[in-house]
Amino acid sequence: MSFWNDPLKVAADWLLGIFTGWGMPVPAANILIGFLGVLILISILMVLDIGLVWVERKVVARFQDRIGPNRLGPFGLIQPFADIIKLMIKEDTTPGGADKVVYNIAPMLSMMSVLILWAVVPLAPTILGVDLNIGVLYIIAAGAIGTLSIIMGGWSSNNKYALIGAFRQVAVMISFEIPMLATLLIPTILAGSMGTAAIIERQDVWYVLLSPLGALIFLVAAIAELGRAPFDLAEGESELVSGYNIEYSGMKFGMFYAGELLHAFTFGGFWAILFFGGYRFLGLEQVSPFLAIAVILFKAFIGYWLIMWVRYTLLRIRIDHMLAFNWKFLTPLAFTLIIVTALMHALLSGTPAWLYLAGMFLSNILVAWSALEIARSYSRREREKVDGKKAVEVGH
Amino acid sequence: MTGEQIIFLVVAFVTLFAGLMVVTARNLVHAALWLVAALFGVAVTYALLHANFLAVVQVVVYIGAIAILFIFAVMLTRKDMRDQGPQMNKNWWLGAALAVLTFGGLYLMLQGWSGMSRTAAVYPSGFDAVAELGNELVSPAGYVLPFEVASVLLVAALVGAVYVAFNRK
Amino acid sequence: MVPLSWYLIFAAALFSIGMFGVLSRRNAIAILLGVELMLNAVNINLAAFWRYGNVLHMAGQVFAVIVFAVAAAEVAVGLALVISVYRRRNTVIADEIDLMKW
Repeated sequence: MSFWNDPLKVAADWLLGIFTGWGMPVPAANILIGFLGVLILISILMVLDIGLVWVERKVVARFQDRIGPNRLGPFGLIQPFADIIKLMIKEDTTPGGADKVVYNIAPMLSMMSVLILWAVVPLAPTILGVDLNIGVLYIIAAGAIGTLSIIMGGWSSNNKYALIGAFRQVAVMISFEIPMLATLLIPTILAGSMGTAAIIERQDVWYVLLSPLGALIFLVAAIAELGRAPFDLAEGESELVSGYNIEYSGMKFGMFYAGELLHAFTFGGFWAILFFGGYRFLGLEQVSPFLAIAVILFKAFIGYWLIMWVRYTLLRIRIDHMLAFNWKFLTPLAFTLIIVTALMHALLSGTPAWLYLAGMFLSNILVAWSALEIARSYSRREREKVDGKKAVEVGH
Repeated sequence: MTGEQIIFLVVAFVTLFAGLMVVTARNLVHAALWLVAALFGVAVTYALLHANFLAVVQVVVYIGAIAILFIFAVMLTRKDMRDQGPQMNKNWWLGAALAVLTFGGLYLMLQGWSGMSRTAAVYPSGFDAVAELGNELVSPAGYVLPFEVASVLLVAALVGAVYVAFNRK
Repeated sequence: MVPLSWYLIFAAALFSIGMFGVLSRRNAIAILLGVELMLNAVNINLAAFWRYGNVLHMAGQVFAVIVFAVAAAEVAVGLALVISVYRRRNTVIADEIDLMKW
């Protein structure tokens, strides 16, 4: 048992020795060590967040054929720190008629809803905040707090644009929660557990191979939950200026912004955990927890990069199209997929691994294909209706 | 006094204070936000009782759906964002008296009950309450009938709510 | 350990507060808020009885889950009614919704 093999336990034992050496009772020392662990995790996350600002700006620059920040430090690495200093020394304004308490709580809740997600992220076999047996439901619960923070910020700003932005964002978040919850149940069915640690441990085959459609629906729902393009109509610069955070300035805006970036990264991480094996990669996680952390961070960055790719490539969708897409296409599809997955899992559970894999994969492809066929025939009928009307008008 | 008792007392007082604010706040959006605080307190109470599933479902269903629905409804049913007029009806003192009497009656009744000072048995280690709850909800020997009736009720409520609130123009 | 009585008294107090809200608020939405508090108080009792009785019997938690479902249904229909009344009569004050009173 060395630091290389189980860093968390070794560090905790070392701290416990020091604290009890000072005459502290063991339970109190354990609570203190728990708090220290949370503090360290949050500090690392916030530093990572600063890095994400740089990554985001560099990547968007590449997508838009620019160079991005390149003045401060090598590759512009110091730029995010300059941004933070700017945000800190900006005037902290509160709009007239704003509901001060609610207005100030909203950015904190927004940040909190992201940070508490990391309590159930298994970074390595031995490094995990809490092994909740309801891990995947916890993700939805944290999303509920994020929804609350947005409506609080939008309402308390006493601004029409902020309120409209908040309404839109909340409508999107609570409707896209449903396909997301449905797809979260697919790894649950496959692994036989809701805990994130158990889902990773039982993922001998990446679940993206067993349920490619589930992974896709989860990604779409996650992008909507994050409020990023093409689902960014809560911010909609061209119509709502900035949506629910329009009145926020300085570090309060910074918290919304940093929370959004970290949220995107976190969902990249959850995508990796649920469908891409989490920290598992060719047995590297058995060598050392540090390698496991590197693997999961790498996978999370790939997911994050994919979310950015979608964001900077696609155009914004209108709200009625988006809600219709959710309620009429994504939700029925997700529910069909759960039923099919559960049936296939029950039918094929005793069969050899290759048959199980092939059956799952093909059933997913079949569901996706039939859904696309139904959507295509529906849109053809709609188009014919419109074309028929036009033909009649032209005839007149 | 153990740590668990201290946590319970803090949570209970915060929840009760939030509950009081829910029923007395003039601004209805504030009342709904205080309701969120009270519901959070109840969720922590579930966690103290080792009912993890209930705690998370409390946050998902109550805070994620019901509280948001309340805030939406408050915003949809107001001509302007200010609250005018008294928030209590003229018989509010009668309501207060009845509430105090209810609490007193419940308290006295509980005092006379023998199981009152019962303490919990040690939580069995390795017992997966969530899996057990899932089994009970769908096993024919358990509670599958109430579970199905609840789902029918939810569908009926969904259809009914859409029908009632639909704006026929 | 927290004795069972603390949970029961806490739930009784929350129930009474909710009842006060139901009996004395004028706004129909505020009345529904009070109902939510009462339902939560009942749920605390159910969870507490599950924990302090036989943990292996899940009846308490099952009932709490069903109360969740009923609460969600109640809020959906109740708020739909309030919004519908507001559209027709332009008020959400419970005293003024008196068309059926003679």
